[in-house]
Amino acid sequence: MSANWSDPRPLSPFTTVWRWHVTMVVSILHRASGAALFGGVVVLVAWLFAASQGPQSYAKLMELLVSGPGRALLFAFTLALCFHLLNGVRYLLWSGGHGFEKGMANRTSWLAIILSVILTLAIWTAAYWHLGLLTVGG
Amino acid sequence: MVQLTLPKNSTVSKGRHWPAPEGADPANVRTFRVYRYDPDSGENPRWDTYDLDTSEFGPMALHAVIYIKDNVDATLTFRRSCREGVCGSCSMNIDGRNTIACTKPLDEIKSKVVTISPLPHMAVVKDLVPDLNNFYAQHAAMQPYLKTTTPAPDKEWKQAIEDREKLDGLYECILCASCSTACPSYWWNGDRYLGPAALLQAYRWLIDSRDEATGERLDALEDPFRLYRCHTIMNCTQVCPKGLNPAKAIGEIKKMLVERAV
Repeated sequence: MSANWSDPRPLSPFTTVWRWHVTMVVSILHRASGAALFGGVVVLVAWLFAASQGPQSYAKLMELLVSGPGRALLFAFTLALCFHLLNGVRYLLWSGGHGFEKGMANRTSWLAIILSVILTLAIWTAAYWHLGLLTVGG
Repeated sequence: MVQLTLPKNSTVSKGRHWPAPEGADPANVRTFRVYRYDPDSGENPRWDTYDLDTSEFGPMALHAVIYIKDNVDATLTFRRSCREGVCGSCSMNIDGRNTIACTKPLDEIKSKVVTISPLPHMAVVKDLVPDLNNFYAQHAAMQPYLKTTTPAPDKEWKQAIEDREKLDGLYECILCASCSTACPSYWWNGDRYLGPAALLQAYRWLIDSRDEATGERLDALEDPFRLYRCHTIMNCTQVCPKGLNPAKAIGEIKKMLVERAV
């Protein structure tokens, strides 16, 4: 409504005064990660497309993806995926009518944040390990 | 498109400062930053700051606001009545969260300066008084009364104890609007989304065992905006000064709609 506020009376402050709860943070992160995943799908399609075009174009794209910024992008993609997936479980529980209590909603919000970071790190550690870039004892 | 900032006529300027009374013990002085808007001045709203001697008044936020009106600045305008959490009049945004001022202890507020503004994203009538006409109309649209088709019994509509218990946590709503005006979905779509308060009220009648208009009530809610703008942000449940759970009530309505379709 504020975008075309035509009331001569002022609109009371909202975003500038509001002190956020973790449930609100997670709600917005869910949207943001969803949008990020949409971008990630474009990368995925580019990867498949490059593979279908033969080894040369595949090598070219892989060069981009394994570069520093490329890896950062893939890491962010993994984090968005993990968070969206874990937080999606909360939506699933809500659909069944569970987890609406204030304390529970706060705890599951933090859980989604913390577990998504842990899961992302685990996936990347496993990937590096698999590629032989990590060895026990350094 | 969603706008995150205030429109031109609503930006808040720095207002007047009211120093603490002379001789006040500095240990007791606390600053209150209060939203002011005078419709007769033609000027934008402003933040006035009041340094108050907290030993002069009671423990609640409402005590502070009343103290300002009685002793510092009589022009400060706000709604209040029962001063004990049953009327819902003194709802406002205190320290960044909506609540009713009469049951909000000042010592619960950790911020050094206590910021008090009207309920968020509403047209301001004056100072801390928002226009709640749309909010009340949404409540009325829920037809918050028993609807029946069978002939009325001689004495009363009977209800089993366990059916009556289903109304606990729903009937206690005092219509303070803290929940609805805490909801970002209601901020952006308050004209089409009913908001948590109205939907909690809708659910209160949907699960009343005596009500016979359940289908009709559900039909009126099955709409992408009226009900489904709830994205479970949960600000409503977080702030309700009566400890009710509108988010859960909305979830239950969504469930009823699914169950009726399958």
